[in-house]
Amino acid sequence: MLRKMTCIECPKGCQLEINEEGGRVISLTGNQCEKGLAYGRQEIESPMRILTTTVLTEGLDLKLVPVRTDKPIPKARLLEAMALISGARLTHPVAVGEVVIKDLLCLGVDLIATRSVQ
Amino acid sequence: MAAALAAYQAGVKDILLIERDQYLGGILNQCIHPGFGLHHFKTDLTGPEYADRFIKQVAAAQEIEVSLRSFVVRLTADRELTYLKPGGMVTLQPRALIMATGCRERTREMIHIAGTRPAGIFPAGLAQKMVNIEGWLPGKEIVVIGSGDIGLIMARRFTLEGARVKAVVEIQKESRGLVRNVVQCLEDFQIPLYLNHRVALIHGRDRVEKVTVENNETKETFELTCDTVLVSVGLIPENELIEQAGSPDPAKPNLPGLFVCGNSLKVYDLVDNVTRDSQKAGEAAAEYLKNA
Repeated sequence: MLRKMTCIECPKGCQLEINEEGGRVISLTGNQCEKGLAYGRQEIESPMRILTTTVLTEGLDLKLVPVRTDKPIPKARLLEAMALISGARLTHPVAVGEVVIKDLLCLGVDLIATRSVQ
Repeated sequence: MAAALAAYQAGVKDILLIERDQYLGGILNQCIHPGFGLHHFKTDLTGPEYADRFIKQVAAAQEIEVSLRSFVVRLTADRELTYLKPGGMVTLQPRALIMATGCRERTREMIHIAGTRPAGIFPAGLAQKMVNIEGWLPGKEIVVIGSGDIGLIMARRFTLEGARVKAVVEIQKESRGLVRNVVQCLEDFQIPLYLNHRVALIHGRDRVEKVTVENNETKETFELTCDTVLVSVGLIPENELIEQAGSPDPAKPNLPGLFVCGNSLKVYDLVDNVTRDSQKAGEAAAEYLKNA
């Protein structure tokens, strides 16, 4: 199956044309450098994203604490992660970088605070 | 904060930082997405993380006094400034003054969209503050006007929070946002981007009900039902105080001892560049004080 995508490794934004079969890259054209090849392969085989969102607090200075995953998670599981996070409540102060939810969706990735809250 | 720290490091020891909000960090606090700091800190940070690094440096520099919840209401040509803060009004005359007052968003009224004036039309940055700071979701079915970075990022943010983003409508032939944002904010969630289209009409009596979208070339139209319209059509440097002080051109104030940096000087894409140029403003102010 032929797939088209825009490479985002640099602002050039090369238009990649990728021939893929069952989640495997067979051929890739349109890239101007090696990064485009690696990007296209990653996007076809297992696209990953850093998730940033907020967690509701109870009894703290801020209503919400901004958070992010400390490593990228599979793109296909972003909404599942959001559903879990929207039910979470932070009740104790945290500093930037501290874990808010450990081992999110058993992915081996922690959700960490990106702002300190008292 | 970058300007204050640069002036401090250049030997200025009596610095007051006036902040309108309850916290330092300005707009960075609501920009919870990553992409900040790749140049300045050589690592990918979110807005609050980027701000936090400066907040810690300011806290460590004891000669920098911070006045929060403080709002400047008056500025004169000889740098006499008056500000309100909890419990009082203060007038002082610093020997040098650095303005870092940021931008305002362009609004629906500035881009001439016909139709009614129902509730549910928000500048994208205001919607960002509602979602990321206040925890309110202003709507369930969204149309975004303009494909600047704030609009693209808010399209993703609303989608993640459970709203349905019907489309992003861009009047130009290409997106004004970064390629990365078009891919990761729209394509990732199959949100349509209509280039070379405009929102011709907003419908709705009390609340937004739908919009009419028009192709700029063929003039063909179609309708999208929605309860909320986000407007992301650019920013305007905020320089009312400099105008009040009597400068005809806020971009070149030409008032001795007055320096301008950040988005109030010009609209930046990258915060790293704001930091770089703001440091220059801080150094220039320090140099001015030595020679004055």
